[in-house]
Amino acid sequence: MLKKIFSKSYFYGGLGVFLVFSAAPFYIMLITMFKRSHDLFGPTNNPFWLNEAPTLEHLDLLFNQTLFPRFLLNTFLVGLAVVVITVLLAVPAAISLARLAGRWGESVGIGIFLTYLIPPTLLFIPLSRVVSFLGLQNSLWSLVLVYPTFTVPFCTWLLMSFFKSIPKDIEEQALVDGCSRIGAMARVLLPLSVPGIITVVVFSFTLVAHEYIYALSFIQDSANKTIGIGMTTELVRGDVFYWGALMGGALIASIPVAVLYTIFLDRIISGMTMSDVRR
Amino acid sequence: MRMPRLFERETVLAPLMLVPVALYMLLLVGFPFLMAFVYSFSNVTVGNPEFHMTGFGNFSAVLRDPVFLKSLLNTCIFTFTSIGLVLVLSNMLTELLMREFRFKWLIRFLIMLPWTAPIALGTIGYLWFLDSVFSPLDWLLRSWGLLGKPQALLGPMSNLYWLGRPGLAMASVIVVHIWRLLPLATMIRIAGMNSIPREVIEAAQVDGAGYYRRLFHIVLPLLLPVISVTVLFSTLFTFTDMTVVWVLTKGGPPDNSTQVLASLAFLKGIQGGDLAQGAAVSLFFFPVLAGLAAVVLRLAKKAVVT
Repeated sequence: MLKKIFSKSYFYGGLGVFLVFSAAPFYIMLITMFKRSHDLFGPTNNPFWLNEAPTLEHLDLLFNQTLFPRFLLNTFLVGLAVVVITVLLAVPAAISLARLAGRWGESVGIGIFLTYLIPPTLLFIPLSRVVSFLGLQNSLWSLVLVYPTFTVPFCTWLLMSFFKSIPKDIEEQALVDGCSRIGAMARVLLPLSVPGIITVVVFSFTLVAHEYIYALSFIQDSANKTIGIGMTTELVRGDVFYWGALMGGALIASIPVAVLYTIFLDRIISGMTMSDVRR
Repeated sequence: MRMPRLFERETVLAPLMLVPVALYMLLLVGFPFLMAFVYSFSNVTVGNPEFHMTGFGNFSAVLRDPVFLKSLLNTCIFTFTSIGLVLVLSNMLTELLMREFRFKWLIRFLIMLPWTAPIALGTIGYLWFLDSVFSPLDWLLRSWGLLGKPQALLGPMSNLYWLGRPGLAMASVIVVHIWRLLPLATMIRIAGMNSIPREVIEAAQVDGAGYYRRLFHIVLPLLLPVISVTVLFSTLFTFTDMTVVWVLTKGGPPDNSTQVLASLAFLKGIQGGDLAQGAAVSLFFFPVLAGLAAVVLRLAKKAVVT
């Protein structure tokens, strides 16, 4: 009995430590965004709690006097465009690799997966020249053009394993019933792969919201910044940090992305570990 | 009548559906990848796009640059320390999260936050945590009497200046990176654990194997493929990343004490406009990338055989 209590308290203690480690920055964001400036900048005040009545002044500043809403909109628009491009490119490719391409399809699939490994920091210098050659500097279109370089390979890979898991017989049945190849794909395979496509949509969108390095390299114009670079470059003026607004904005933008990501976490992880290759 | 029939042939349809992706990847990954090599052997800058090939000039210039050597060393310290600690910590966290407990979904969500939330935004929280004057961490240390008193353990100053002192700044960058990577490593680990048949572990338990014996003789060997993939992925990811460094310190405090290769390439190539030197710096990622690619290919080959 005593041993059980002992091991249980170990368990909750350990879990608590990890929980504090992971969530503390987000907790401090939550507290700070409601703190009055007077409370915030008193070095003896408890920073982990509201010592004075909560205030909405920072959020007011964030939404009405900074470009924060614009950053959110920009990120959303780029995300939307990238999602559409990714699905249009990745779905046919994945079907082809999973169903039609046979043995060499395997090699092409692995080749596509390998391109996913090339880090942005190896490509950002040449890509910045490509972007300026096309006259897309400081434009959101530069991100729409470049972001599929990391969404497409992963999503093709993810969808490929998804299509492979759908039994071939179902399509062959449709072919026997007089469907054309493309008809069978559109009417039989696509409806069955809706969950896979939704995963791809969500994952591409979160990747866009996460991206930092390309956006930092291509966009200097304040009004065209996405959320990550906007928050870290525009709300810090010289030495003046708008702490309350900064914390509030970081939290408000993080949570929806994190929720979306978490819902599809397991499927994304299984794609990442190539558990389908090794099966 | 001919066209539709052509589409019925797999040999026609399969390449046709692959063309858009292949073309896109060739133009926006393959071509830039090649250009990175070409740039690094040239003298190209943003101001002077008519470049001449200069052979290994950039590399010898870069290798003689003390800032580069410092960045290379920093990158190695940054990578090995974070990966090592992430491995140990993810082992512990996996043990905890494999159990059942109340509000597991909420706790799991909170523990995964550092990975699922955009990293630039999460790091902003740390900017406040490690602030030179208002740092909540310093406040905590002061209230425990570890800081800010004449005889205090961490010194008499009222602040530690986390991001202002070379050693502490490096430690901060590493901790934030661990913070961010731990959830991913743990999720991959849990996925791996779930793929081990329960009977195997139970059989060992019945035979009287203790926790550590089970861990080192059964669980870890079975998890080896998963762990090696995790290590390689996170090594590549950490070795080539600059987001945490950029948001927290921009490579400073003065004297590049947290400068890493990626941020140096950014400084030279994007901000400084010296495309050739920037490309030469970032090309040092290539050996790591090639190593990982080789392992992935081997794993894939094995999968084809079995």
